[in-house]
Amino acid sequence: MTDQAIDPYAALQDKEPPKAPRSQWKDVWDQFKHHKGALFGGGFLVFITLAVLIGPWLWQVDPQATPKGREILTMRDIRPIYVALWDNTAKVDWAHPLGTDQIGRDFLANLIAGGRASMAVGWAAMVLALLIGTAVGVVSGYFKKADFWLMRFTDLVLSLPILPLLLVAVTLFRQPLRANFGPEGGMFILIVGVIGLTSWMQTARIVRGDILALKEREFILAARSIGTTSGSIIMRHLLPNVISPIMVSATLGLATAIITESALSFLGVGFPSDFPTWGKLLADAVQRMEQYPERVILPGLLISLTVLGVNYLGDGLRDALDPRIRGR
Amino acid sequence: MTFKTLLMGAVATAALAPAAFAERGSDGEVSIIYWQAPSILNPYLSGGTKDIESSSLVIEPLARYNEVGELTAWLAAEVPTVGNGGVSDDLTQITWKLKEGLLWSDGTPVTSADVKFTADYCMNPEGGCAQLAKFDGVENVETPDAQTIVVTFNQPKPNPYGPFVGGQSPIIQAAQFADCTGAKAPECTDANFGPIGTGPFVVDDFRPNDVIQMSANPNFRDPAKPAFAKLTFKGGGDAAAAGRSVLETGEFDYAWNLQLAPDVIARMESAGKGKAVAGFGPLVERLEMNLTNPSPDLPPETRATVAEPHPFLSDINVRKALSMAIDRPLLVEVGYGTAGKVTCDLVPAPAMFASGDQHCATQDIDGAKALLDEAGWTDSDGDGIRDKDGVKLSILYQTSTNAVRQDFQALIKQWWSEIGVETELRNLDASVFFGGDPGSPDTFQKFYADVEMYANTFDGTDPQQYLAAYRCGNEPKPSSQWQGENINRFCDPAYDALIDELGRTGDIEKRAEIAIKMNNMLTKDTFTIVPLVHRGRVSAHSNTLGGVKLNVWDSELWNVADWHRVN
Repeated sequence: MTDQAIDPYAALQDKEPPKAPRSQWKDVWDQFKHHKGALFGGGFLVFITLAVLIGPWLWQVDPQATPKGREILTMRDIRPIYVALWDNTAKVDWAHPLGTDQIGRDFLANLIAGGRASMAVGWAAMVLALLIGTAVGVVSGYFKKADFWLMRFTDLVLSLPILPLLLVAVTLFRQPLRANFGPEGGMFILIVGVIGLTSWMQTARIVRGDILALKEREFILAARSIGTTSGSIIMRHLLPNVISPIMVSATLGLATAIITESALSFLGVGFPSDFPTWGKLLADAVQRMEQYPERVILPGLLISLTVLGVNYLGDGLRDALDPRIRGR
Repeated sequence: MTFKTLLMGAVATAALAPAAFAERGSDGEVSIIYWQAPSILNPYLSGGTKDIESSSLVIEPLARYNEVGELTAWLAAEVPTVGNGGVSDDLTQITWKLKEGLLWSDGTPVTSADVKFTADYCMNPEGGCAQLAKFDGVENVETPDAQTIVVTFNQPKPNPYGPFVGGQSPIIQAAQFADCTGAKAPECTDANFGPIGTGPFVVDDFRPNDVIQMSANPNFRDPAKPAFAKLTFKGGGDAAAAGRSVLETGEFDYAWNLQLAPDVIARMESAGKGKAVAGFGPLVERLEMNLTNPSPDLPPETRATVAEPHPFLSDINVRKALSMAIDRPLLVEVGYGTAGKVTCDLVPAPAMFASGDQHCATQDIDGAKALLDEAGWTDSDGDGIRDKDGVKLSILYQTSTNAVRQDFQALIKQWWSEIGVETELRNLDASVFFGGDPGSPDTFQKFYADVEMYANTFDGTDPQQYLAAYRCGNEPKPSSQWQGENINRFCDPAYDALIDELGRTGDIEKRAEIAIKMNNMLTKDTFTIVPLVHRGRVSAHSNTLGGVKLNVWDSELWNVADWHRVN
């Protein structure tokens, strides 16, 4: 026998945790970074957002400026610099690396300014649609009394045709908004408002369906049994569980908002005609698509990549945020 | 007048002399493409340009407009005027005389009875004649003898050249259409698809909405014409395809109305098979200055009405400076190419009604600045925008959505910023802007902006109606449901007096003089209307086709008898 006695209490005590403590968000990140597409998508979105935000300081050319006087005739329709690689007769100029349009406005400056407008409209309209959609969906799914009327209201809004509605909204609200926020600010509020107010219905329906299923589960019953208020149940237990469908609608919403804005500009109810957005740059260039394909391809590519990036980001976020998928 | 006519006759003889030695049908076949296909060859049953122009190959009027918009005798021996006694002094009667020896393509003689039949055919109360407007005010048509036609109107007509004039109102054969009057008119398929005419060609085969085969008329009045024995008239497709088939591939000899961007046409032309020709009617792209205050702060009853004069555009110096700052040749180059010309006139054509003044043709930024300085518009608060008595030169400039118009807006905004005028651009959907809905704030009639841009024109060659629009009280206003043609809210009693004088004057040269005076009152004297570009119509013909004179006042095929092959 040895006299080395094992202290049973000490043996049962953990000196230190066997692994470093992990937060929920670290788990989320671990899962997220395994999704290559999401990483690229997120990275591109950050890049494009930074580019349109700090771009105007790096490339200090006024997107609306046309060359002085008769210089337009020599300074217009300049091709992007890369065209010189295969066509040495092309008109290129290092002062305009992406060329100029049919009245001599710098295309790079227009892409940056257009991106600012498109991204701002897209994000703002998406956030607005998300807030309304989630609120309506949660209330309608959780409170039985509100369900019928809110869902009938959703059906009603869903059946409204967006373009005639927009024309009416523009007619009614352009003047007061323009007086208060200026022609561009007023139009921004109007467009964001109208797109936001007409694209929340899908989110609301999806969220309501999920909430209806979730609120019958045992953990909600448990929460209710210890006296948790409805507000807390929604915030603490329901919303985190419907975050993934919300994320997916958000990504789709951003894409729709960018595209709807370009359709509006095309109809002439959008921003003033000299205020560039990606959608408008694209629509303006279609006529001369054969001769100057870059004017269609560049803004089109940017819209597509942004939308694709947001979609992949949403996909990755959904996987990462869902505890049932996470860790698999 | 007589001296001018003589001169023109001499020129015409000289020009036509070489062709006179040619032989009928010696140049083979000619092919024409219209991107809208004809569906009938009777212009009295269709208002479509394609139908009127295709039928003009076969049937002809008594007189028609030539390429400069002058009335030229066609089946008539001469154009009746007050001067030669053809039009009565009280302007209620016009007497036409047919040329001697005219034959229909079936060999029978053309008589005044055919002309009278044509009038009865169109004015038949049972038939829906598409060209009834041409016979507006006709009381009766009489035929004292086989060559003479007397048309009596129910009121004085300063411009009596409606019936039997132009491609819309050709003479049809009484014998062929005798059983086709009134309600039976659309049922006579054979006659409507193959009218017997006096024109250079006769119909061999007509396939509605597709193709027409024609051959030279053996009884055409000029034995040496037409130079082509056969003619193929193809319809359908789109403007780009039609342009390509003449300019790039050379399949066709003539393509009608190419509504395409100037650089697109230029690129087709560079293939070297043909060339685009532009014809200029009275279509003018212009800036309209609002003489009333469109401020949204005003109540709807007085906003943009004559009760509220414009805060700064009512100053002629501002309007003039805005006009001076514009580089019109550059606008033409950027937007229209060969399909546009610089103009300073509201009525740029026909030539005799145009002042031809070119005061606005050169840009003068420094002059505009000096003019504003002189008038007291200075930048007193240093924000780069001129002001006077607290009123800033800040303009809302609207137009319809159209690629060329938005380019114009951007350029003009830049020039105006150079003279210290701030501009906000707005473009509106064309169906709303031109829609005329009194409930919409965005129509061009309501003019809730300081400046607006669009193009306008008039029918025919006489600008009386067009100029009469600018009468005091004819402006769009709430009490008229915002209808009215005096878009600028222009009002000048001296101008109104000229409108009345024009309505009483029959002599064509006197009329032209008055019209030019009125045009100047609206443009260079007051800068109420600031013309930018005289816009034309573009058609294309093959390099091997000679004799084409593009005519925007009548059928484009008006002189097809003179067309010939060149090498």
